[in-house]
Amino acid sequence: MGAGGAERSWTARLRRRAVAALPPEKLLPDRQPAYVASWIYVFGVLSLSSLAVIIASGCILALKGPGWWHFTGVGHFFNSVHLWGVELFFFFMVVHLWGKYWMAAWRGGRARVWVTGAVVFLVAIPCALTGYVSQQNFDSQWISTQAKDAMNAAGIGAFFNLLNFGQMYSYHVLLLPGAVVALVIAHILLVRRHGVVPPFERSRVLAREPSRGSGQRWR
Amino acid sequence: MDLGSVLATVVAMPMAAIFDLNHHASYVHWHFIDVSVSNVLVVVAMVVVFVAAILAPFPHGHDREDG
Repeated sequence: MGAGGAERSWTARLRRRAVAALPPEKLLPDRQPAYVASWIYVFGVLSLSSLAVIIASGCILALKGPGWWHFTGVGHFFNSVHLWGVELFFFFMVVHLWGKYWMAAWRGGRARVWVTGAVVFLVAIPCALTGYVSQQNFDSQWISTQAKDAMNAAGIGAFFNLLNFGQMYSYHVLLLPGAVVALVIAHILLVRRHGVVPPFERSRVLAREPSRGSGQRWR
Repeated sequence: MDLGSVLATVVAMPMAAIFDLNHHASYVHWHFIDVSVSNVLVVVAMVVVFVAAILAPFPHGHDREDG
């Protein structure tokens, strides 16, 4: 393949588009605008840290199985780490969502950042709930028999059979976590591309005097 | 006693002393809203953390300015 052909190959075109959309200094920045020096900007990365703990503890639970997580001390410990990781994930994600809602984080062409974040939240809920029915104990049996009535009442019981353990476990350990991780990756890449949303005051200054954009303070 | 049992005991004993879980959960009823006290406490904690995150001073490093 000649030089021209190589330039037209799909890999070269994809690389050019990826680098144009996210140059390395934007993808892995070494500084942030000074306005991110607030605790309210910390909850996104706290949510990510919780997600990492959930995935790591979940992988260990999947490797060892229910006999281990129900009947050994170390199994109980990792079962609890997984549960409390989820509790903290939702706690931090809700505070992150409140913070971004009140600063209208969809401003400045960031609609897709907001939408991917909101969809992560919505997908994470069934991801967590299918965990309750994957415990393999009386608690999960009781929850699944109650929840299947809710699915039937909503008219979607034919698609989601909560008494089918294999289906629920597959949703919990593969399909829904995969969707959450994929959406989180998209969310982070979009944040990198568009930058952290500035406070309202800063947006007004930039709209009035775009030249002051070069006077941005960084940390 | 294995490591996990030791960890579980160390964590669980002081918690059991603080929280007595040997009873039915308490619920708050208000019109159509029916929510457990523990969930109410979590929501209150989220609101407190949210307000604290806005008001609490953040440790400042060195600012740089382009211009």
